[in-house]
Amino acid sequence: MTRTRYIQIGAATLAVAFTAWGASRVLERMVSPVPQQASTATASSAVASVPHIIATLYYASSDGQSLAAVKREVPLADGALAQGRQIIQSQLEAAPAPYVSVVPAGTTLRAFYVTDRGDAFVDLSPEVSTAHPGGSTTELLTVYALVNAVTTNLSSVQRVQILISGKEADTLAGHVDLRRPFERDTSLVKTP
Amino acid sequence: MRGTAALSVTVLVLVLASLPQAQGTAPATPLTLITREGRRPVPTIILNGQEFIALDDVASMFQVTVREDALAGGVTVSYKGRTVVASADQPMASVNGRVVTLPASVARVGRRLFVPIDFLPRALAPVYDAPIELRRGPRMLVVGNVRVVRVVPRIEAVGPPTRATIEITPAALVSVAADAGRVLLRVDADALEVGPTPPGTGLIDQIRTGDQSTTVAIALSPRAGMPRVSTTTTTDNTRVLIEVPLAPQLQDTNAAPAPPAPGPPLSSATPTADALLPPAGPRLQTMVIDPGHGGDDVGVRGPKGTIEKQITLDVARRLKTLVETRLGVRVVMTRDDDRAVTPDERDAVANNSKADLFLSIHVNGAVSPSIAGAEVYYLRLDREGEDARRNAAATELVLPAVGGGTRPIDMIRWDLAQSFHVDASATFASILEEELRKLIPMGPRPLQQEPMRVLAGANMPASLVEIAYLTNPDQEQLAQSGDYQANVAQALYDAVLRFRSYLETPPRR
Repeated sequence: MTRTRYIQIGAATLAVAFTAWGASRVLERMVSPVPQQASTATASSAVASVPHIIATLYYASSDGQSLAAVKREVPLADGALAQGRQIIQSQLEAAPAPYVSVVPAGTTLRAFYVTDRGDAFVDLSPEVSTAHPGGSTTELLTVYALVNAVTTNLSSVQRVQILISGKEADTLAGHVDLRRPFERDTSLVKTP
Repeated sequence: MRGTAALSVTVLVLVLASLPQAQGTAPATPLTLITREGRRPVPTIILNGQEFIALDDVASMFQVTVREDALAGGVTVSYKGRTVVASADQPMASVNGRVVTLPASVARVGRRLFVPIDFLPRALAPVYDAPIELRRGPRMLVVGNVRVVRVVPRIEAVGPPTRATIEITPAALVSVAADAGRVLLRVDADALEVGPTPPGTGLIDQIRTGDQSTTVAIALSPRAGMPRVSTTTTTDNTRVLIEVPLAPQLQDTNAAPAPPAPGPPLSSATPTADALLPPAGPRLQTMVIDPGHGGDDVGVRGPKGTIEKQITLDVARRLKTLVETRLGVRVVMTRDDDRAVTPDERDAVANNSKADLFLSIHVNGAVSPSIAGAEVYYLRLDREGEDARRNAAATELVLPAVGGGTRPIDMIRWDLAQSFHVDASATFASILEEELRKLIPMGPRPLQQEPMRVLAGANMPASLVEIAYLTNPDQEQLAQSGDYQANVAQALYDAVLRFRSYLETPPRR
């Protein structure tokens, strides 16, 4: 029994050491600045010298039919919440060619917070609704671009609720129900 | 130390090699895996009176890694960094350092390794993310937060009238569809554990689990009249009482003296009896047409300035005329002029007029001018919606009824009214898609299930159509044209006509 216990402790120590090594490698890759030559492959939204992460953001494909998952540089922030804000702010910016942004220009992030249960609240300025061009197709792309940008990049977030001016909203432009939080859904995402 | 390890390896090889080599037999009734995604049989074998499951099946079902482990002295099953070691020579396993007993140790059949099925709830469950429950009686392996309710059908009186009760434990919301041919109970649960089913007798031919895993179908005799169904719910269970009378004209026949010879044989009398029965199933009497947007909300604006709210009203008026004049169905519009109407107001119009069908008409928009064509939507419930729908069972009210007794009232949240109609809505949407396709071009995703706001609160089958893309210059021009609008209205009318037939002729046995 004692021998078995030694063996178990030894195996557990090895497993912990291996996990820690793996985690440190992943963090190293996420945090370290991307070399200059690599930034030509990804659309840069940060000053090269600022530490950044590579996040997956969502835009309409050039034909407007689906969402495209695009890797972009987002400034590194301290902690998941601050990083989430940076990711959403980058998502609200103009799309890199040939993609098209599905969030109306002028929309800003008012607040972003995450509950202990993993529900994130993305509070946007009223432009997201008042300047929305409408149509079920565009509205679905807008909602799932925001939801997927948050859930794909922040593992602690399970669901996302979109608020407008700090309040629960019915819809962006009359179609998609915003009253309850959304889970990640990549059915509208087409791999480029 | 090296010697010890070598000794362990040798011992393990010897132990594994000496494991039972019996062939094993399949159990009489297969074990059924039940998850939120559905149900499927799980292959198991009986060895020495114990039921075993193959570890490679466990690996694929639960996404665990299995390997024979010489150091640990058995088989190691890993899940997200947590491990379970099942002993090769003792009927036990080590779970996070704690020993749990099992009915048997690991067994080998041919080249495959097997563990007793109790390994799953006793050893794997403590390290697994979701609950794992083994229900021996109904032979179910329930994984995840799945709501399984027990359903016990009984025939209380042969009659006529024939009386049957269906007892559902714990209490659950039950929706009932009844016609002269059958009674269909849909239980709000993920799976049913159906008790012994009595053989058909009296005016009940058969009681069986329906085509879907959460329905119970009671097939009635051709001599049965319209069944009466009542539901009572207590804190412990829900009891559905079904009373099946003889068809009215057969009652008359029974009461009156026998017809003079030569009387028609009973078999040839049946069609006549059917023809005299009231029309089966719900009927389409009132339809609500919902022209999208209105007032300050103009909807999509085309490149030449065409606005969605006007096109939707034009098409809605055309459809109203067709449905009223050709079908004689009452049509209620959520707006018949240019004014803003909220989604809740639109649903309120439909629910308050007790409409049997709801159709919302829109014109689409996209970020690219190239997309064209029509699309049809019906409601997708999210997990929150499903959970809230379950909680509705707990809010059922029992009210005193006129003439004594009680009458249960199912309280369903306003914003979840569509929950009970999603299947019929899916049928309506697919009929719409088929009929539109015959007359106008369809878009890249012609039929979609999405969380559409205006459909969520409609307490009836409901769908939303986007008849064209106003952001496409050619389609903008088309959408304004009388010919195109007439084609759209005709296709929508054809779909309503087909859906009416669907409502009035529900599937028979």
